[in-house]
Amino acid sequence: MAFFEMAKTAILTTLKSPATRRYPAVSAKVAAISRGRVTIDPSRCISCGMCMRKCPSGAICVVKDDKTWSIDRLKCVVCNCCVEVCPAHCLVMETGYSPSITVHEGIELVHITYVKPERPPRKEPEEKSEQG
Amino acid sequence: MSRRIIVPFGPQHPVLPEPIHLDLVLQDERVVEAIPSIGYIHRGLETLVAKREYPEYVYIAERTCGICSFIHGMTYCQAVEQVMNLEVPERALYLRTIWSEYSRMHSHLLWLGLFADAIGFENLFMASWRLRESVLDVLEETTGGRVIQGSCKVGGVRRDIPGETLDRMVGDLAGFERDFKEIANVFLRDESIIARTRGVGVLSHGDAYHLGAVGPTARGSGVAIDLRKTGYAAYGKIHFKPVVETDGDCYARCAVRVKEVFSSIDIVRQAAAKIPEGEIEVKPKGNPNGECFSRAEQPRGELVHYVKGDGSRHLVRSRIRTPTLTNVPPLVKMLAGCELADVPVIVLSIDPCIGCMER
Ligand code: SF4
Ligand code: SF4
Repeated sequence: MAFFEMAKTAILTTLKSPATRRYPAVSAKVAAISRGRVTIDPSRCISCGMCMRKCPSGAICVVKDDKTWSIDRLKCVVCNCCVEVCPAHCLVMETGYSPSITVHEGIELVHITYVKPERPPRKEPEEKSEQG
Repeated sequence: MSRRIIVPFGPQHPVLPEPIHLDLVLQDERVVEAIPSIGYIHRGLETLVAKREYPEYVYIAERTCGICSFIHGMTYCQAVEQVMNLEVPERALYLRTIWSEYSRMHSHLLWLGLFADAIGFENLFMASWRLRESVLDVLEETTGGRVIQGSCKVGGVRRDIPGETLDRMVGDLAGFERDFKEIANVFLRDESIIARTRGVGVLSHGDAYHLGAVGPTARGSGVAIDLRKTGYAAYGKIHFKPVVETDGDCYARCAVRVKEVFSSIDIVRQAAAKIPEGEIEVKPKGNPNGECFSRAEQPRGELVHYVKGDGSRHLVRSRIRTPTLTNVPPLVKMLAGCELADVPVIVLSIDPCIGCMER
């Protein structure tokens, strides 16, 4: 049994600067691979729907005919699955988190601007690239 | 003889991080009997297995628990790998071991903080959590997530830890160990902690064994069960001894966790020294057809994942048995006969993780 076991830690703590950061004056600590929020580059999305099918929380909705890609930020659990499966590599996991919200702003909708490249009129069998 | 009264404890209680309800039958200030009831945060995660493809279910398995998430993901992957007869590369097994041990350190530090808070030792609570932050930083840097790592997948792991990062992690462990020694001393020797925990909530060796206690709750009563000794992941190639205390009181359970942090540091060092170069994953071929039980040692005790597949992309059944569930009957035993004021300390001493228990 001992008394004042905590004294050393307690005294050192009062002398040291705070362990927490003065957010937002000082930016939050993130690592290079931190999972923050998913963003899309609409000019490269080929509307294949893989992200929608694989998303474990069903946060993404891709409508091929309307050329829209939408995400419900409150459903997204930031797992990185969609980024991994996207064949066009147009999804990116940013390191910063989405800012917190007090009102559900609805679903974030992005219009896909990808245009399928015109097939060159001749030499058809060679160039079948569908990806931008 | 005085009248018996029933005092409801929880589901919302300042000391409980998560909701569990206990009806405490009191005679004067003494608990005669405790009747637990659970089911406040059932999420139906096991049912989701039929709605998601088996590689994507890892993300859901991982979210069963917000603390030992990595080990949940890993145990699920182990089960599926066994069904599919996948040979996981050695390096992936070592990486799983390293992340498991970091999870253990962070979970134990979290618990130590909460425990100090339950005793009323706020300063120690902050000191523990400050230290835990450095463990979380390592997890974030190597996996991308602080508490939900998402780095395990069927057939291996998603990310590698580069050699120089691993060296730096091991180097940083020396400072971590030094800082942790300071607060470990407080937990093990401080007068006020001993006064609140010694002889409180005693669980005998026999009761711990027969009521199915697992993890630090069992080891605090002298039952030396540590699933890591079964040698899953790379634990078979690492030397360590299960930490066992024999008193069976809250102090013993606390001591087990404090000492396990040191043993985790040692395991990480050994794993980092032995980790081979090579692949980190194999691609699974086909779909799981068959069933399997997979077990692993979580910070709270033995975790069981059961999966059953019928040869399609979707598994047909998943069952998760978490350590808190088996630690509830021992908890009821500990509570009988204790003082009302000791109830929060005793409840916390099993490290209840209710979200995990109810899935
Ligand atoms: S990060 Fe995960 S949860 Fe979020 S949209 Fe992508 S797949 Fe869905
Ligand atoms: S974001 Fe990627 S995965 Fe999703 S529809 Fe577009 S191309 Fe396919």
